[in-house]
Amino acid sequence: MSDAALRPGATVSLEARALRGGLLLAFAVLLAGLVLPLGTLLLRAFQDAQGSFVGLSNFAEYATTPSLRQAAWNSVWTAALTTMLVVPLAFGFAYALTRSCIPAKGFFRAVMLLPVLAPSLLPALALIYLFGNQGMLRDLLFGNSIYGPIGIVVAQVFYCFPHAALILVVALSTADARLYEAATVLRAGHFRIFGTVTLPLARYGLVSASVVVFTLVVTDFGIPKVIGGQFPVLATDVYKQVVGLQNFNMGAVVGLVLLLPALLAFAADRWANRQRSGLISGRAVPYVPQPRRARDLPLLGLCVLVAVALVGLVAVAGWGSLVTFWPYNLSLTLRNYDFDQFDTAGWSALWNSVRIAAAAAICGTALIFTTAWLLERGTPGSALASAVRFIAGVPLAVPGLVLGLAFILFFNHPSNPLGFLYGTLAILVLNGVVHFYTVMHLTAVTAIRQLDPEFESVGASLKVPAVVTFRRVTVPICLPAILDIAVYAFVNVMTTVSAVIFLYGPDTKPASVAVVHMDEAGQSSAAAAMAVTILAITASVKLLQLATGGLVARATQGWRQR
Amino acid sequence: MHRRTLTATALALACTLLPAAAEAQQRTRLTVYTALENEQLAPFKRAAEAAVPSIEIAWVRDSTGIITARLIAERQNPRADMVWGLSVFSLLQMEAQEMLEPYTPQGAEALRPNFRSDRSPMTWTGMDAFVSAICFNTVVAQQRNLPRPSSWADLLNPAYRGQIVMPNPASSGTGFLSVAGWLGAQGNDAAWNYMTGLHENIQLYTHSGSAPCNNAARGEYGMGISFDMRAVTLRNQGAPIEIIVPTDGVGFDLEATAILRGSRNMEAAKRLADFAVSRPAMELYGRYYALVALPGVQPSVQNYPAEFEQRLVSQDFRDVALRRDAILREWASRFDSKSAPRN
Repeated sequence: MSDAALRPGATVSLEARALRGGLLLAFAVLLAGLVLPLGTLLLRAFQDAQGSFVGLSNFAEYATTPSLRQAAWNSVWTAALTTMLVVPLAFGFAYALTRSCIPAKGFFRAVMLLPVLAPSLLPALALIYLFGNQGMLRDLLFGNSIYGPIGIVVAQVFYCFPHAALILVVALSTADARLYEAATVLRAGHFRIFGTVTLPLARYGLVSASVVVFTLVVTDFGIPKVIGGQFPVLATDVYKQVVGLQNFNMGAVVGLVLLLPALLAFAADRWANRQRSGLISGRAVPYVPQPRRARDLPLLGLCVLVAVALVGLVAVAGWGSLVTFWPYNLSLTLRNYDFDQFDTAGWSALWNSVRIAAAAAICGTALIFTTAWLLERGTPGSALASAVRFIAGVPLAVPGLVLGLAFILFFNHPSNPLGFLYGTLAILVLNGVVHFYTVMHLTAVTAIRQLDPEFESVGASLKVPAVVTFRRVTVPICLPAILDIAVYAFVNVMTTVSAVIFLYGPDTKPASVAVVHMDEAGQSSAAAAMAVTILAITASVKLLQLATGGLVARATQGWRQR
Repeated sequence: MHRRTLTATALALACTLLPAAAEAQQRTRLTVYTALENEQLAPFKRAAEAAVPSIEIAWVRDSTGIITARLIAERQNPRADMVWGLSVFSLLQMEAQEMLEPYTPQGAEALRPNFRSDRSPMTWTGMDAFVSAICFNTVVAQQRNLPRPSSWADLLNPAYRGQIVMPNPASSGTGFLSVAGWLGAQGNDAAWNYMTGLHENIQLYTHSGSAPCNNAARGEYGMGISFDMRAVTLRNQGAPIEIIVPTDGVGFDLEATAILRGSRNMEAAKRLADFAVSRPAMELYGRYYALVALPGVQPSVQNYPAEFEQRLVSQDFRDVALRRDAILREWASRFDSKSAPRN
């Protein structure tokens, strides 16, 4: 140390090398967990069933599929419509939570996450109970059927809301009060301030949220499969090719087509990156909203409406889990919670899920946050950093089925030294981290970007190694975001189905898969019961985070107070 | 004194538990991939482990499409020792990729000729037949004044316009089963004409093979085209549903057994394959299915027509499997582009 102190140049290069090493490590993990498996699968897009190279003929064949153009158009317009509905809604909600003085913020913050806390089958069942052909509120559809684009968009809005809201809350939660003071002194009106200060500061979050929602809708096949009826979209084409026809070559072709949104996302991210500047400088004064009825009352109304919709849908499903047989025998029973009689894995499936999700939350958060920091503070412009940044955006655009299949083909290959992972819980953990990498990465990046790089410069000029600055400054400041990321990983891994359905073994069947199995077997009440149990676990974890949130904030966020 | 009692108890416990543990270790754990119904897994496992004490069954169960996709994706390094209870169409697909171990289980020659592999040694053996059938919701029918159909031809009745749901044959093996059955029973041209007429009455084509029946049971649809096994669980839960096996020829599929080439427990797998064609196993299948592979075994399942077997079309599985791609392409070109929402 003293030796290094004598030669400052050496410290810098040593440190730069360490940062570079860390980034290389992260790159290696992403390589093994994402790039190579996906590459193994996507190569098949250029092969025939026997494995010989056929160039673009699979693409040519796919292009002649009768319903292709319609499926592509349907995917695009449902995704665009969902984005246009969700992002403003989520922005309003996030704005209310961070920039207003509405009461019960903690409650709304918890309710906001409800849709991701439960498997997607839960809202789908609830929508059928409410708006299906036997539904209680079906008259509200004026004779239209829920099975089709209406069902898809409604279910997607519900499902995507928390993803967008999470990103926007992070984007809006830190603001420099001096900007607002300056604007007020310059006699700017509330709307002017909103347009010239708030929106530009949240630009990066808005772009991220839009990209995330759009891509989620385009790649999700669960909702169109259950409630989309026969409305063709690209994601169900993947399902048809992989599960219906076992045609992996064609599945890979559609998978490649679905990667296009990821490319757009990468471009958008680069664009937002160029626009950014340090949003919270080291001299920033945290913005504390003052009560103002004209702003707070409408925002409160919005929050209440959203909360009623979210809680209502989940409550209907909860009620469905207690019904003997919907809609013909509405007597209530707890028998549906006796999982052992419906599924061989029974309650043990829940324990599997908890273990996988906890491991994914701990390992995933450490990996993702550190990587995001290395990207932002190491050598952001280097080729390696660009590569990692690009790879981090890819998982969002990879449909779960494609990722699961890629994992089998790569990890089960006889000559893969990582083959020992196959069939274990570890591969389910790795799959979970990779599958949900993008949103966690974006959350981490959003949090880190709001810190002034000056923190690091000060640290560097004080000859504090960057790692120490990371540990003592960056991590504590970002602790709320880090906890958000960990909980996000936990709940998503608890509820995901599409990728793990290919990867679980005889002893590692997760609860979310058991939900699908019970629904397929016609036991929809039992499926709802298992989904509600999953929801209870994820909600407890979220509540625990909220309960300790105060402590965390007092311990780490005190500097934000004046 | 106390200590002595404790030691004695511990010893006694050890003596009783250790052999059990040792026995457990001697048992070979077979990984068995299956698409059987959930409720069948426990009785099947119990029966097999009682008949072949040297094995222990570890199930991996999923829907036919998922299990087949997994097996084929794992081809280079198979994780399953056996398949017990999977569509014969999937097994023929695997046979074509040289994934099945040739082995003729003891007594397999006694099975009905159409219910076993035509190779020697055999690559697969059949268990039972499941047929394409109509799930008919009697409550909805009463509300909407729908007559009860008894044949496929009845489904063309204009009264059923927008009431019928069936699985998309490209997404679901169950859907393909129905299409193959119509082709087999009516011949090519008549069958495609039939489907064109039926298309007018179809409300939607689902991606899941079980949804048509599950949702018909909940009154979401008036009737769904699915397979016969499906309705039993639903009726037990109190669904007002009737399962109709049409009189004018139904397509059928076999549940079958096969050993994976490259299994690490070949001997144990062969013992289980032997059990799977034995009379006790067939009687077990007969508790759930109306027609089992071994002639002379009387199925105990209820509510099937007496002349059930005569309603099955004569079907060459290998021929149908070979034509699958062509059939699906034809189906897609006729109905997929039109399958835009009409609701």
